[in-house]
Amino acid sequence: MNFLETFRVSFEAILSNKVRSGLTMLGVIIGVMAVILLVSIGEGARLYITKELTGLGTNLLIITPGKTSTSGGFHPPSAGTVRKLTYDDAQALRRRAWLLTDAVPLVFGTGRIKFGNLGRDVMMIGTTPEFQRVRNLFIDTGNFVSQSDVDSKAKVVVLGTKVKEEVFGDQNALGKVVMLSDARYRVVGVMRKKGTSLGMDLDDIVFIPVTSGQELFDTDGLFEIIASTPRAEDVDRSIAQIKDILIRRHAHKEDFTIQTQGAILSTMNTILGVLTAVLGGIAGISLLVGGIGIMNIMLVSVRERTREIGIRKALGAKNKDIMAQFMIEAMTLSGAGGVIGILLGVGLALLIPVFVDVLPTSVSAWSIIMAFTFSAAVGVFFGVYPARKAALQDPSKPYGTNNPFNRAPVLPHTVIPDLIRNPWAFQYQKWIPAGACPSRTEAGAGMTGHEVLLLIRIIQYS
Amino acid sequence: MIELSHITKTYRMGDVDITVLSDVSLSVSPGELIAIMGPSGSGKSTLMNIIGCLDRPTSGVYRFKNREISTLSDDELAVIRNQKIGFVFQTFNLLPRFSAVKNVEVPLIYCGLPARLRRERAIPLLEKVGLADRLHHKPTELSGGQQQRVAIARALVNAPPVLLADEPTGNLDSRSGEEILNILTGLNKQGVTVIIVTHDQNVAARCRRNIHLKDGRIVRDEATA
Repeated sequence: MNFLETFRVSFEAILSNKVRSGLTMLGVIIGVMAVILLVSIGEGARLYITKELTGLGTNLLIITPGKTSTSGGFHPPSAGTVRKLTYDDAQALRRRAWLLTDAVPLVFGTGRIKFGNLGRDVMMIGTTPEFQRVRNLFIDTGNFVSQSDVDSKAKVVVLGTKVKEEVFGDQNALGKVVMLSDARYRVVGVMRKKGTSLGMDLDDIVFIPVTSGQELFDTDGLFEIIASTPRAEDVDRSIAQIKDILIRRHAHKEDFTIQTQGAILSTMNTILGVLTAVLGGIAGISLLVGGIGIMNIMLVSVRERTREIGIRKALGAKNKDIMAQFMIEAMTLSGAGGVIGILLGVGLALLIPVFVDVLPTSVSAWSIIMAFTFSAAVGVFFGVYPARKAALQDPSKPYGTNNPFNRAPVLPHTVIPDLIRNPWAFQYQKWIPAGACPSRTEAGAGMTGHEVLLLIRIIQYS
Repeated sequence: MIELSHITKTYRMGDVDITVLSDVSLSVSPGELIAIMGPSGSGKSTLMNIIGCLDRPTSGVYRFKNREISTLSDDELAVIRNQKIGFVFQTFNLLPRFSAVKNVEVPLIYCGLPARLRRERAIPLLEKVGLADRLHHKPTELSGGQQQRVAIARALVNAPPVLLADEPTGNLDSRSGEEILNILTGLNKQGVTVIIVTHDQNVAARCRRNIHLKDGRIVRDEATA
């Protein structure tokens, strides 16, 4: 029996029961759709974060005070000996670490900016001119903090666009004097609009010289130093160089931590990769449930068609022909469900970002291939058992409904007393199992209660 | 051609063994026209199952064309059913979703004939049984007599040497039954061995040999006419 013929037979069987086939497929459709959708959301989140982190600038090294990494073995907390990172440390790196293009000292703080009677709580960053280059944040009008501002602890401030709009509205802000936490600062520039990154509004920040910042926040240390090196290959050597310089300046102690952007990225990638896998796994469970639905329906289908199987076997169908027929039926159901699920899943994944802009999605080819392979595998796995059951049916079982020689199916014993009491009123059709005959009425028609009684005697006889 | 010797068949139902056929010996030569008769439960259907290679005897030897049946695999039996035996059932047993011509093609599907050749062989057979104008009707659109004629065409499509008919007229009115009987006896005249299981004395009377079964044994084997 050729494949095409088997396929046609299976397809006709599926089409002959459209509602049931549709509902069976629905399980797989939802499963595949869920896999693709959730994996797309996970992937989207991963790509989004990767993009944002890369957007900070490339090949960044972030030096923070204190040893927080555990990779170098156990470091007992020794508060007294931890030296702060200082502006001079940053200067030393800038002068002596020749692999670095920049070493930007940073202090952070929050405070209130006031102009006239308008005030706003803002984040303040104390830094140097190189900050612009390192973080890809640039000035729009006026000037950024200059080196001479840093050297002279000048009371100058550069406003983020949002701060400028909130405090000055349409007015020109340049040259105006604002109060920053009770100190008077002169506005020298306004930043270019940047937007939000990783939940932080980059336009809601003001920038001041790092030295002024230290004074304002009353600290002589730095929060961090951002260093950058032009080439990715130089990252490891740069770290060595930074360590070399700073350890010497810090009384031969490594009391600082250097994080590379690559390390942060790979940590995030790992976390989000796990997240995606978990989401995909949860969706996979629904695909599994869909597969069980297919098995269930296939078992019903085999039962319903015992007669058909018996006829086909009598006419020369081999076990493998019957097996193939039901396998292809199961695989067609799961395969078609898979394709529809992919279309819906991809469609939804592409639609979501249009309506929900906080949920970026990315449809990856591997999730589509995986979902389809999995759904096809589900069809094979859950189709084998019912198909085997069909193939191994013995067409010769006495009084079995699949024996084409048998003209009447077995009645349940419980109805026999009713039948004996009133053979004329007995409704024979009711007791013909589904699939016992090509059509229920055909076999039941013309059979009187007395003939049924005769049949029962046959059963009792045997 | 068909050689049954000391065939018994027992079924296990729960804890009891039920002997349906006991010590049946029977020999059928090519070209015979035989009626198997007997009351319900006498083992006719089981005998048909065994002759039709749908079942294997519990003991005894069944030779079909000098091949020992009980040693053959399921697949080999399927080939014999497909190639050597035509089945006609009381309830016709057509596949309800298929048209008449598709039903006739079913046995050809299982011997791997391509679609075009199947059609070429099925159509003349349906014409022969007088259904040239009903080729694409579904079984539900045909009368009982017409359905049985489709079933006969299906049984003949692989030109088998033996035709097994189980109460072929049982579900038909007397006129349709007569037509079916004419077709079967006509086929026998062309050399096909025909074995008919029947309750009907009129049917038995048209066969040259009558075998009576009772309680799983052959009680009478006589030549008529």
